[in-house]
Amino acid sequence: MKLISEKGVKRLLMITAFSAISALLLIALFIINEGLPFIFKYGLKEFLFSSDWQPHLGKFGIYPMIVASLWVTLGAMLVGAPLGVAGALFLSEYVPKSVMNIIKPTIELLAAIPSVVYGFIGVMVLAPIIRDNFGGPGLSLLAGSIILGIMILPTVISISIDSILAVPRSYREGSLALGATTWQTIHMVTIKASKSGIIASIILGMGRAIGETMAVIMVAGNSVNIPHSPLDSVRTLTANIALEMSYATGLHRQALFATGVILFIVIIILNSIASVAIRKRMVKK
Amino acid sequence: MNIKFHIQDLNFYFNNNKVLKLINFEIPANIILGIIGPSGSGKTTFLRALNRMNDLESGSRIEGQILFDGEDIYSSDYDVVALRKRVGMVFAMPVPLPMSIYDNIVYGPRLSGVNDKKRLDVLVEKSLTAAYLWDEVKDRLKTSAMRLSGGQQQRLCLARVLAMEPEVILLDEPCSGLDPISTAKIEDALTELKKEYTIILVTNNTKQAARVSDYTAFFLMGDLIEVGNTGQIFTSPNKTETNDYITGRFG
Amino acid sequence: MRIHPRYTQGGAVAVLGGATILTLMILVFIIFFILEKGLPVINLNFLTSNPEDMGRAGGIFPTLIGTILLPLLAIIIATPLGIFTSVYLSEYTKETKVTKVIRFGTDCLAGIPSIIFGLFGYIFFVITLGFGWSIISGGLTLAVMILPTIIRTSEEAIKSVPKSYREVSFSLGATSWQTVKKVILPNALPGIVTGIMLSVGRSIGETAAVIFTAGSSLRIPSSVFDSTRTMAVHFYILAREGISAENAYGTAATLIIAVLIVNLSAYWLMNRFIAKRS
Repeated sequence: MKLISEKGVKRLLMITAFSAISALLLIALFIINEGLPFIFKYGLKEFLFSSDWQPHLGKFGIYPMIVASLWVTLGAMLVGAPLGVAGALFLSEYVPKSVMNIIKPTIELLAAIPSVVYGFIGVMVLAPIIRDNFGGPGLSLLAGSIILGIMILPTVISISIDSILAVPRSYREGSLALGATTWQTIHMVTIKASKSGIIASIILGMGRAIGETMAVIMVAGNSVNIPHSPLDSVRTLTANIALEMSYATGLHRQALFATGVILFIVIIILNSIASVAIRKRMVKK
Repeated sequence: MNIKFHIQDLNFYFNNNKVLKLINFEIPANIILGIIGPSGSGKTTFLRALNRMNDLESGSRIEGQILFDGEDIYSSDYDVVALRKRVGMVFAMPVPLPMSIYDNIVYGPRLSGVNDKKRLDVLVEKSLTAAYLWDEVKDRLKTSAMRLSGGQQQRLCLARVLAMEPEVILLDEPCSGLDPISTAKIEDALTELKKEYTIILVTNNTKQAARVSDYTAFFLMGDLIEVGNTGQIFTSPNKTETNDYITGRFG
Repeated sequence: MRIHPRYTQGGAVAVLGGATILTLMILVFIIFFILEKGLPVINLNFLTSNPEDMGRAGGIFPTLIGTILLPLLAIIIATPLGIFTSVYLSEYTKETKVTKVIRFGTDCLAGIPSIIFGLFGYIFFVITLGFGWSIISGGLTLAVMILPTIIRTSEEAIKSVPKSYREVSFSLGATSWQTVKKVILPNALPGIVTGIMLSVGRSIGETAAVIFTAGSSLRIPSSVFDSTRTMAVHFYILAREGISAENAYGTAATLIIAVLIVNLSAYWLMNRFIAKRS
């Protein structure tokens, strides 16, 4: 009797264990089902590489949005990655563990601040600064990059710290014992040993930057055009979906879902690379 | 004499490392069997094979048979949970569960469906008394077991096993971290307990085996070198390895 | 030219330390900026009265209800699924192909951007299942979104329960489920609760996934099939459509305070948990 129920429990747990992966498949299925027919109908090349986005005329080229997303993400990386990795190195190598244990969760609070609040700060504080000092509309690719760069900091910092701390103490002690300074040890030993984890943290940050929507809508300006300078107003893939979803119908709505498909594929690829990098770190450990 | 365990051609592997090699012997009921040998000799693995605790480690594999009261405990339809209730175990490090002394003792009985308060009270007093701990804790049964001293914790672990009313008690170096006074108390308890239980005691301390066990088995590098009457093993061992070990040449 | 190691060391400390301080300053600035402008707006009346004129005047009471109901529904659904999954992964199975697939799926789900959750929730819960823009659609969408967080934190918490507790429990004749119920879950509980609270924090601040699934009705809902507007969505609409800067700041401050309370109590709980362990 007891053994039967024990088996039942195991079966039930196994079924629930598939909940996350089923949710993922369900998401993929429904987004693809809604978006893929459009891509076939409209043509992948035309969809990805035409600059003509005029839904009311039946023109659905997302090239400007792809370029904008890439630039904004790249900009966010330029802001967030060095700042994040530097912070992670400082906290894990130069600061006593007790201090790190206070500062790390504090920095993780950055991840808790809602993206609409970041967007709002961008509008109220950052955009005017850019407008007054560099010209342009203020709400721009540059503003989007800076805000996104800040938003990915907690991801980059906390995953980098974890992978740096996973470097065995003995490596470091060996280096220090040979008369190296902390900085020499960091750049000759620690960074090498935790490289794949740091890269994973940057890739995950990238995924977050590409996928971020609300903050970008608020600060990047949303004009559909291929940017020529960081001060231009741009519209990213995610912003395009969110802005037009509320009134889109028919082919237009399908085009937005097709944009979702592209986004989904990019994110899955980035996550797969990151998860390989993180696993590599575990194996080394 | 009544035989409790028949071990037949037992080989044991962890991830293709052979840690026990062709072990054959019999363990009679109501005795204390001491198992000695240097660390890495396979004695703990052997002990944990008897109540299938090795199942919890990944990559473990067994060949041969262990018969408990004539039944093969590794056959596929054997009830492991029932086996562990009949063959209790005390580990090297005392591990009280993070709950009260009382709840620790009644953990096993409650799992078996004993919920009658009076019966549980009786079990608690009886097993704590048998483990020589009752007098020290009877006024604070509801306090956390984590607050006991190391020696008291290990006696609590013994009492917790006794409360299941098992037939066999396996002890894996139970005194390795304890002071001489606590060790003496546990040894006294064991000597009392063998009237009702079969006790198998793995120890790093050869003197302890000499003091308390009736039979002694000597393991070395996964081989069972020699098993016999404790007096004989310690005074006139048949194998030179045994002699070298008990006289302290290695290990 | 060769620079003496002592100087590179000093330079490194300055640069790396500067980066850390800058990061902290940004955090402090965001919180203070919002609170400074928003706190004067918040009073009992603001929290308990209905918005008037699209939020131009009046308070935010209905959005408080939406902000409580949606995360609540999400954790009610996601918590059992997440805990059971982590129990299965850590206690009932060894590392196999299947568990690798489950873990990979969980990681991927964690990386999906919220706008995709919004699209999915819209097409699946709102349209296909016919729930419409509603609390239930929004709650279910959030549940899917926070599931990976709950799985991961629960698994971490379960892994931190000493292996010896499991051994003792099994050696006393417990089955796997009895061990989970009596030893593992009670000891992992603070860690699990921390994960749930972090998920609540994320749900409170979520906008993209909610706006397309729960809608933005300002009426007080009478059933889970009614549309609702959360604080984050309300704030977004106020700020983006330039309806009222004052009320936008007030809403943002309330939002930040709610998120900070939830997250700080989660950390407090985690610290107590760690302190108890060691």
